[in-house]
Amino acid sequence: MKLLQRPVVTGRALIIGVPWLWLSIFFLLPFLFVLKISISEPILAQPPYMDLLREFSDGLMTIKINLGNYLLLLEDPLYFNALLGSIEVAALSTLFCVLLGYPMAYAIARAPDHMRLPLLMLIILPFWTSFLIRVYAWIGILKNNGLLNQALMWLGIIDSPLEILHTPVAVYIGIVYSYLPFFVLPLYATLVRMDLTLLEAAADLGCRPWKQFVLVTLPLSLPGLMAGAMLVFIPVMGEFVIPDLLGGPNTLMIGKLMWTEFFSNKDWPLASALAAILLIVLIIPFVIMRHYEQRNEEANS
Amino acid sequence: MANTRSTTLDAPWQSPEEEPIVRIENLVKNFGSVYAVDDISLSIHRGEFFSLLGASGCGKTTLLRMLAGFETPSSGRIYIDGQDVTHVPPYERPVNMMFQSYALFPHMSVEDNIAFGLKQEGMPKAERAERVAEMMELVQIERFAKRKPHQLSGGQRQRVALARALAKHPKILLLDEPLGALDKKLREKTQFELVNIQERLGITFIVVTHDQEEAMTMSSRIALMHEGRLEQVDTPRHMYEFPSTRYAASFIGSVNLFHGYVARQQDDKLWIQSDDTGAELLVRHSQPLPTGAEVSVAIRPEKIRLIDQPTGSENEVQGVIKEIAYLGDVSIYHVDLPTGKRIQFTQPNIQALAEQPLTWEQSVTLSWLPNSCGVLTE
Repeated sequence: MKLLQRPVVTGRALIIGVPWLWLSIFFLLPFLFVLKISISEPILAQPPYMDLLREFSDGLMTIKINLGNYLLLLEDPLYFNALLGSIEVAALSTLFCVLLGYPMAYAIARAPDHMRLPLLMLIILPFWTSFLIRVYAWIGILKNNGLLNQALMWLGIIDSPLEILHTPVAVYIGIVYSYLPFFVLPLYATLVRMDLTLLEAAADLGCRPWKQFVLVTLPLSLPGLMAGAMLVFIPVMGEFVIPDLLGGPNTLMIGKLMWTEFFSNKDWPLASALAAILLIVLIIPFVIMRHYEQRNEEANS
Repeated sequence: MANTRSTTLDAPWQSPEEEPIVRIENLVKNFGSVYAVDDISLSIHRGEFFSLLGASGCGKTTLLRMLAGFETPSSGRIYIDGQDVTHVPPYERPVNMMFQSYALFPHMSVEDNIAFGLKQEGMPKAERAERVAEMMELVQIERFAKRKPHQLSGGQRQRVALARALAKHPKILLLDEPLGALDKKLREKTQFELVNIQERLGITFIVVTHDQEEAMTMSSRIALMHEGRLEQVDTPRHMYEFPSTRYAASFIGSVNLFHGYVARQQDDKLWIQSDDTGAELLVRHSQPLPTGAEVSVAIRPEKIRLIDQPTGSENEVQGVIKEIAYLGDVSIYHVDLPTGKRIQFTQPNIQALAEQPLTWEQSVTLSWLPNSCGVLTE
């Protein structure tokens, strides 16, 4: 038996080993670098931080760990507020994606067979254009003499242009637009797999269509909904490009702050500390997502 | 083909003054030019265990779904307990359905599944708990109350589905292939349980099945469907012994059909000239038939007897055994007649090892009684 099993086990190890290796080299190792930089001292040099390993003399090795960066993050309310700002933007954007994306996913999942693929293509189509170009396009739409204001004025709905660009509204529009497909696709996948006899069973037992949705469809689509919501929430937390291009100077998000610390202030250790904290904060929604994924797998078994 | 029903069972369909619980009038359901249900009229009575039997695609499921309210009839009417429900949505009908796939809510425990319908009608919590407990006891699944459907076996799921559909005490329970997903042994056991439950609760059961044995075992009456129409509606025994069409005769059990023409008739004796046997056949038949009418004589394989010597009387044929199927309790023999017609007959295997067993290429003489066979004109 043992002899027979041996090659199987090596095969498994090999297959599991490849992603492990990949993740170790391209995710874990860089993160350890970031962690290392976050506990070092900033200096004016290239690279702009001091190595942890210093003063190797008389057989004595000194390692200097600088927790000042983390202390600064805790002391200065700017960083805490940026974190709150990011959470707010991410949470609200996720909510908008849910409100907008659920009906979309539902409509596609319940559309006639031959309509489903074209509708899905419409969701995926924007990905064929560079993300950056699409965000720039929004500048053209939202600016004071942009397409939207021109159209509204031509229709006579407004007299003077609306100030949208460089406001939080523009940030939300940009984020919801960009991340909506990430919400719609996993939710669609869950909805389309649902056994529609369950709705008949609910109707048979006395449920009107609305209650059928609330008691059967909604709870059964929760895994897809949560997976989609986390796919929006997690990257939006660290989003930098959209608030930078569409938002105003008072849009406070952690991603933007990190960029400033890193490129403008050349304070790599502080930026790294910010990154480390963001990662720790993001573990919470990630655990939520895993929980629902597992439930989904269980339900499908 | 044992019928588990007690012989004293009253036959409500024979009392025309009683209002049937289900009355279907000229029901039609077509999808474009395809007629799934084609002008069906049918009455089902209180307390019946009624089976809709037929091959797949005969329209039996469509008919059941129209009773549940999942399909809207193209034309015709459905009355349940005197009320016209033709356009009443499923959630307002006094019927419940047990689905072929069971359709248990995967996110709810067994208890919650059973309580689901009761919650919808707003039954108070205490009463609800009592009813759920009662239902779980009825189908013996108390032990699994807290489990989720995916933690149950197929047989247990089937019971939960039954309990859930019965919980609201519907006037009619619709069952779509209720035993279809069970293995043979369990299916046979569950057939009897279903009948017992139905008799205990007195709820009218309407069952869709493609399995004629299942329909025979459980039903008070069977409606045999074929291409969207009713072929015959009868008790299992009548359906088997007196099929009214060739299709009915061959769908239920096995049958030998001899093609022929009416030669003459005298009282209840009918002589038929058959080209399949090359001789005249004698059948007991009291309805007058015109001479020369094209008919089929139907005889069940188990009603054919093996005799030692030709006696020269009616309904005797000679042939050669070509195929033998040993089934344990009986053996089926396929016999070629001189005309080329192949017939089958069965013999019970009375002895474990017969001294002179029937064998291939053996010439045999077969015979049957005039009142053992029937005449079919359709």
